[in-house]
Amino acid sequence: MAAPAEDKMLDCRGLLCPMPVVRVARQMKVLQPGQVLKLLATDRGACTDIPAWAEDTGNRLLEWHEESGVLVFLLRKGGGECTSPA
Amino acid sequence: MAVELRTADDADLRPATLADVRQIVRAEIERAFQTDPAARRACIIASKGTLDWAYPPFILGSAAAAAGLEVSIFFTFYGLNLLRKDFEHRLAVSPVGNPAMPMPIPMADLFTAMPGMKAMATGMMKSMFRKKGVATVRELRGVCLESGVRLVACTMTMEVFGYAKEDFIDGVEFGGAGAFLSEARRSHVSLFI
Repeated sequence: MAAPAEDKMLDCRGLLCPMPVVRVARQMKVLQPGQVLKLLATDRGACTDIPAWAEDTGNRLLEWHEESGVLVFLLRKGGGECTSPA
Repeated sequence: MAVELRTADDADLRPATLADVRQIVRAEIERAFQTDPAARRACIIASKGTLDWAYPPFILGSAAAAAGLEVSIFFTFYGLNLLRKDFEHRLAVSPVGNPAMPMPIPMADLFTAMPGMKAMATGMMKSMFRKKGVATVRELRGVCLESGVRLVACTMTMEVFGYAKEDFIDGVEFGGAGAFLSEARRSHVSLFI
């Protein structure tokens, strides 16, 4: 399955913890629910920090992989279409 | 004790099994966690004022805020220095009594106390962190303020150290142990640094 195209790209290469999650959180605030953010990072901690952040904040990590030393994450902004009150 | 339970696909009543009960309890715990406001709060005490220990409260505070938590950091004792306007020249790290500190050459403990060693260790740590791309303490403190992290100065230690409210950066709040505890008991994340 082809990866979904991103609506916004965020380059956090060279930044260390906690800056990738800080930047992602800020960027996500201005996206619309359902939009996809592509994140580039080199901080190895992002492998665990980004999935945990996505779970905590109700956003969805669609996939992540490594491309020649750069970690690439695709995150879909949560809320909106599929949330129903409990 | 058997619990009478009606299931969707079986209109007859049947006794609940242990597995049923476990599933219900798990679902209830998960639901309670989702709705518990304490799960969305973090309370941190920052008690240290050295360069190395200046990072953890601001790193955790900004990361918690990024995760959507309401965060308060209480600065007490030497940690108060981190809120001062002139904090940067006060931040230092000393190799004395710290055998874990990486040194460029192996060194007897006695030499770590020589004049100039503190300045050397401080410079070394700053340049190492800069080279690796770690945000500075000033930047991390700024991120905390911008993300709505509440920075609270302990009034008792301010009094003891002779610090005035004007010594601190804008946006700092003031409180005591009671204020911290009142918030900490409503926060799942509560750390002493």
